[in-house]
Amino acid sequence: MNLNDLRGRSAIVGVGTAGCGEAHGFNDIEILALAAKAAVEDAGLKMSDIDGLCTASLGSALWPLNVVEYLNLRPSFVEGTNIGGSAFVAQLLPAMLALEAGQCKHVLVCYGSTQRTDPTPRRARSEARDMLDPYPFEAPYQPFNPPSSYALMAARHMYQYGTTERQLAEVAVAARRWAQLNPEAFARGPLSIEEVLAARKISDPFSIYDCCLVTDGAGAFVMTRAGRARELPHKPVYILGAASAAWHRQVSGMHDLTVTPARESGQAAFAMARLAPKDIDVVQLYDAFTINTILFLEDLGFCKKGEGGAFVENGAIAPGGRLPVNTNGGGLSCVHPNMYGAFLVIEAVRQLRGGCGARQVEGARTALVHGNGGKAASSQSTAILASADAGVGFR
Amino acid sequence: MNHTMSAPAAGAQARYFQLLAQGRFLIQHCQDCGRYVFYPRQLCPHCASCALRFVEPKGTGTVYSSTVVRRKPDSGGDYDVSLIDLDEGIRMMSRVEGVAPGAVRIGMRVRARVALGGGQPMVVFDPCQEAQ
Repeated sequence: MNLNDLRGRSAIVGVGTAGCGEAHGFNDIEILALAAKAAVEDAGLKMSDIDGLCTASLGSALWPLNVVEYLNLRPSFVEGTNIGGSAFVAQLLPAMLALEAGQCKHVLVCYGSTQRTDPTPRRARSEARDMLDPYPFEAPYQPFNPPSSYALMAARHMYQYGTTERQLAEVAVAARRWAQLNPEAFARGPLSIEEVLAARKISDPFSIYDCCLVTDGAGAFVMTRAGRARELPHKPVYILGAASAAWHRQVSGMHDLTVTPARESGQAAFAMARLAPKDIDVVQLYDAFTINTILFLEDLGFCKKGEGGAFVENGAIAPGGRLPVNTNGGGLSCVHPNMYGAFLVIEAVRQLRGGCGARQVEGARTALVHGNGGKAASSQSTAILASADAGVGFR
Repeated sequence: MNHTMSAPAAGAQARYFQLLAQGRFLIQHCQDCGRYVFYPRQLCPHCASCALRFVEPKGTGTVYSSTVVRRKPDSGGDYDVSLIDLDEGIRMMSRVEGVAPGAVRIGMRVRARVALGGGQPMVVFDPCQEAQ
């Protein structure tokens, strides 16, 4: 079997979120379970129908076991590969293979974190992770990570291509304008380019508004084979392409700070989907930092390398712009509970189903979902989704 | 490049930090493919050879990218974090000293120095006086 034969063979049939923003008094797995229940019910299924599990956590190395026990699952397919916040996009392809091979029938992909309201200080949790997984050749210089690693990419992009802080601010303001249309978004207050430019710096050229939110949140979705999907209540969202690429771990291990593995994952996902950037109606990019959106627009082929800054000018990716990007408000203004990947998929599915209210992209039939993982754009995962009425010729 | 030594009976990382504690900054050179390697490894990342030797680099390099990490003055104030490309073709994270953090520029020529004072020894860089 050729991987590209998986095009359109499986679909997302249920989505759910819980505890987005602040979930005072709850822990990670409690809100994960609530999101999982919402997704399974949205799919018209029972928890006992779930026989495949994809999950990952920043805090627990054996997290799939936590979820198996808590939800009382007996999955014949377990996928816990963790390559960062993109994990839940990366897990699409192994789940598609497992569904196609008949290893399982209904896969639950789920994540939850209460990092914002957790009573254990974030610094203590971060230090515990660094102790178990040290960075001996970077830590002595005290980069404030992950912001500093992405700030180094932004600085290099500005040097090589003339990208400006104002262009980075355009990304932050576009995300905020989408968030203002989304009742579930966490940061919905007014925000201008001038405010972003005048804000307190964190790690130059980034100010606080160039960095994603720190929120709680859980997200889950359910996958099944295309034939089964058509028996379930919602309009299926088919997976036309999915691919990942991983090139390094640390920013000092990144070959060219202006090119990410999105170039490789994007090409593979588009090839499987037999589509090109011009065919995409709505785009969800993992905007951990403002430079990410610009890098991914370039690496995924929406514009040429070096032209991402100009591409986002004048509200081009904001509501009413030429390309709808991060229509939920993104990690910058909607939700970012450590790992954001599942929420990219959920927003794409909601847009392709329709019914997103004020932020609905009219006639959205194809979506690109792009996950970023690691401290330095280390891994990248791309998926192309479509509704049956997309007219792109799949079963 | 006069100072070469064969790998002793310790992992590459431990050996690197032992040498650094003696005030010596050495990088690895692959005896098979001829390329330089940093950070220190057991295998050459280019050809998978185990024949890596610690050698003394020229010590000069170029700032590839740079950021100022903002910190309150009473916690020590702002500081530089840079990526330096050594002339041997390897890249490392470090700090440029001797100029204000915000005055570090991409493309600036710098020279390595082992800073031993206070805590763990580390390689830092100073702006170079050589012709650009």
